[in-house]
Amino acid sequence: MKVQLQQKIAFSVLFFCTLLVVVPVLLILVIISIKGFSAIDLGFLTEMPTSGMTAGGIFPAILGTLYLVFGAILFAVPLGVLSAIYLVEYSKDNVLSRLVRLAIVNLAGVPSVVYGLFGLGIFVLFLGFGASILSGSLTLGIMILPVIITASREALESVPRSFRIVSFSLGASKWQTIRHSVLPHALPGILTGTILGLGRAAGETAPILFTVAAFYLPRLPQSVFDQTMALPYHLYVISTQVPGIPENIRYGTALVLLLLVLLLNLAAIILRYRFRKRKKW
Amino acid sequence: MVEPDNTKLSIRDLTIRFGNATALNKFSLDIRRNEIFTIIGPANSGKSSLLQSLNRLNDLNPVYQKSGTVLIDGQDVDKIDAESLRKRVGIVFALPFPLPLSIFDNIAYGPRMHGIRNKKKLSEIVEKGLRDAYLWDEVKDRLQTPAMNLSGGQQQRLCIARILAVDPEVIMFDEPTSGLDPISTARVEETLRVLKQRYTIILVTNNVAQAARVGDRTAFLLMGELIEVDETKHLFTSPKDKRTDDYITGKFG
Repeated sequence: MKVQLQQKIAFSVLFFCTLLVVVPVLLILVIISIKGFSAIDLGFLTEMPTSGMTAGGIFPAILGTLYLVFGAILFAVPLGVLSAIYLVEYSKDNVLSRLVRLAIVNLAGVPSVVYGLFGLGIFVLFLGFGASILSGSLTLGIMILPVIITASREALESVPRSFRIVSFSLGASKWQTIRHSVLPHALPGILTGTILGLGRAAGETAPILFTVAAFYLPRLPQSVFDQTMALPYHLYVISTQVPGIPENIRYGTALVLLLLVLLLNLAAIILRYRFRKRKKW
Repeated sequence: MVEPDNTKLSIRDLTIRFGNATALNKFSLDIRRNEIFTIIGPANSGKSSLLQSLNRLNDLNPVYQKSGTVLIDGQDVDKIDAESLRKRVGIVFALPFPLPLSIFDNIAYGPRMHGIRNKKKLSEIVEKGLRDAYLWDEVKDRLQTPAMNLSGGQQQRLCIARILAVDPEVIMFDEPTSGLDPISTARVEETLRVLKQRYTIILVTNNVAQAARVGDRTAFLLMGELIEVDETKHLFTSPKDKRTDDYITGKFG
């Protein structure tokens, strides 16, 4: 009987903890939805802000965030995947490769505001890109690199060794083996890393604060060297910097940001599912 | 001694180490063209290490060290690039390892890696490989289905077809029937006898009776040493070394 009681207690504790994880997520979703839902209509999503941002839409911020996320992914995914391939398949276990691994772990722990300052220093000022979509995307890209490298490494390492051995034994070269027998099977894992990075890049405020985000712009960005508005920063601005913004606009903006991240994640999940289905196990 | 022009592979003073463990010690052996050369011996006697030195798969192991030479047609294998060598010296592993691709793509994998793109040519190669491995009739209607769905015996013949598609000169079989039922085993053995006419075959086996059934010559390995090598029928009827006698009569191992 005692064993059964322990069993029940353990189960209850585990279940309760899991529930605790779900509750805040649900609360955030529910509160933001309730307070912000009334603001969202087609105009809110597609129009420019008007009357000092107290009315109108948030289209430039949505577009800006999309630009920044795609810019960051465009930069970070190839770089991250290629360096993960190098680390897993080519590098030998020596001081240098351990140093690189350590650096990646540490990079993941750097606070996001430090990335912002770094981006300001190197991209905006030193390289002379100015406060621009290019600077912001690169800064966000560097921020999500460790996530993508770590996920890609794990994905590559989990491809069974037998695939490689078989490929080599048929006379394939190292690169052919990686290209045809390893990478296709690591893709779902790599996409998982990309999904995580995507969400982070869309939501962070600090890295774009100094590198790209504009308080208010009357027109849409015309090139990668233009500044842009972005959802997280816009949310910060209308919540704390400008008085008299209706509450439903603030929560509506937050809701749009949430939905955007969910939508991007969903797209990546569908892509991953299709890659998985293509596997012929 | 073997006639030089009849020697396909010549192993001279080969010593293999993995870290501190010696897998093969001062090993010398000649393997003739178009024979089935069987290698028997208990586990850990260095049989698989020997095979993987012949096509340099051991090179992938960072702790692998070797001394001595392996010659193929008189040429040092270390002087041939590994990809061309592995194309000439194929291997079939103990466990069938189909790639997670369709049956067709599994067999076309090698030829594709060697630059054959033409669809018609690939289909011919795939069909020929499957026919030579006696698998064609069982799979011809489902070439695009996953190779992983085949039974164990079929998968092993798929792996044979896959190596045949690369058109090697030597095929090494590393305990190819250890996971198979008697009927599949008989099929594989039959395949070996036919393949021998075109290829040089090295068969490592745990199954002494199998060596006696299909081998032309047989070598007995023990703890990384070559104990005895002879015509299979001599080795099994009148072994010169007592340890060989003990092993083939089942007194140990």
